Amino acid sequence: MATKRIDARGLSCPQPVVLVDRAIAAGSTDLEVLVDNEVAKENVLRLAARRGLKAEVRRDGNDIVIATTRI
Amino acid sequence: MKNVFASRTGMIVVGAVIGVGAALLQYFGNPPNMGICVACFERDIAGALGWHRADVVQYLRPEIMGFVLGAFVAALAAGEYRPRGGSSPLVRFFLGVFAMLGALVFLGCPWRALLRLAGGDGNAILGLLGLFFGIFIGTLFLKNGYSLGRSYAQRKASGWIFPALMIGLLLLLVFRVPFAPGGPIFFSVKGPGAQHAPLLISLIAGLVIGALAQRSRFCTMGAFRDLILIRDFHLASGVASLVVFAFAANLILGQFSPGFEGQPVAHSSFVWNFLGMTLAGLAFVLAGGCPGRQLFLSGEGDMDAAIFALGMIAGAAVAHNFAIASSPKGPAAFGPAAVIVGLIFCLVIGFTQRDKASA
Repeated sequence: MATKRIDARGLSCPQPVVLVDRAIAAGSTDLEVLVDNEVAKENVLRLAARRGLKAEVRRDGNDIVIATTRI
Repeated sequence: MKNVFASRTGMIVVGAVIGVGAALLQYFGNPPNMGICVACFERDIAGALGWHRADVVQYLRPEIMGFVLGAFVAALAAGEYRPRGGSSPLVRFFLGVFAMLGALVFLGCPWRALLRLAGGDGNAILGLLGLFFGIFIGTLFLKNGYSLGRSYAQRKASGWIFPALMIGLLLLLVFRVPFAPGGPIFFSVKGPGAQHAPLLISLIAGLVIGALAQRSRFCTMGAFRDLILIRDFHLASGVASLVVFAFAANLILGQFSPGFEGQPVAHSSFVWNFLGMTLAGLAFVLAGGCPGRQLFLSGEGDMDAAIFALGMIAGAAVAHNFAIASSPKGPAAFGPAAVIVGLIFCLVIGFTQRDKASA
């Protein structure tokens, strides 16, 4: 399945979570979520865990990339 | 570095610190059921600066300065200080104004609504129901793609402005500078504005809570919002902890007295307690945080949150100058009209501010 990319940089709480949850609800499990702050990262990781997805975090310059996959 | 306060346990600890801290601040002199109230304290600051002349609610509350500065230091230490802004500042300013109008029709921010409940004030239930309802409306907008747009990184130096303002206010409080006869600065000699814990205790409490809240992301509005939106109890566990620990502390300190009538700095108009907080709750969702959270965000460099906070302080001046803020006698002459105007404003914002791409 193709990886869906979500750019949630600069969006205020809870929009990153809303975008990711919508993508999961639409059937995507392989997501690449771009955020630019720790709070958004924590929130997206918590949601991914609740939705039963495995998540990996890496840094890309000033951005944080969260890649999710089905467990 | 692992952030221990971002865990569930951390969140509960922070809620407990705020709950017990508020009860103790009341014990040390803050107004009843108002150990901490972000809306009321910002209102007192507006009064102290002479922006409104309600002489019973004028004091430069060091808790507010502590919140911002504590969050500022915590964010710097954790490498999370990040100046940013540019996400619909003017909209956020007026969301702040109307949030304050709603809060002052009820007489309290969400924190105080919880503390009033923990002190036995039954009217707080109406306020909390209204808050929940306002947040519910807000989540409908969020589900439909509501967004105030992205914020962007700003220059390092501009993030210092709001914390510096707080230091300035703190200096005004410490030195009580007489600029001219008759003010400003004003300090209440009677009423809630004259009731305050010793400066140092208030400031230290503010700094500790500011730092802890920055680390834990404590947010009362977010607690209800996440329950509704994604069935997430993370933030709600902090709110529940706040109420339980404040209640226990109030019992121990003899500060619990249940009832609806004659509750301190409160009125018992069910309708306007409910609708005042409906407006506040809706405005908080649209702006992305409760008044406390907006201060902590301001401390970590979020200039949009700082604009919201300034909007709230301006809103407090409007509330008292235009007979909108309630008193223990009940809603003021123009309180209901202001709530209706505010609700219309928020609905227009909710319907019009949408990100097409994410809808």
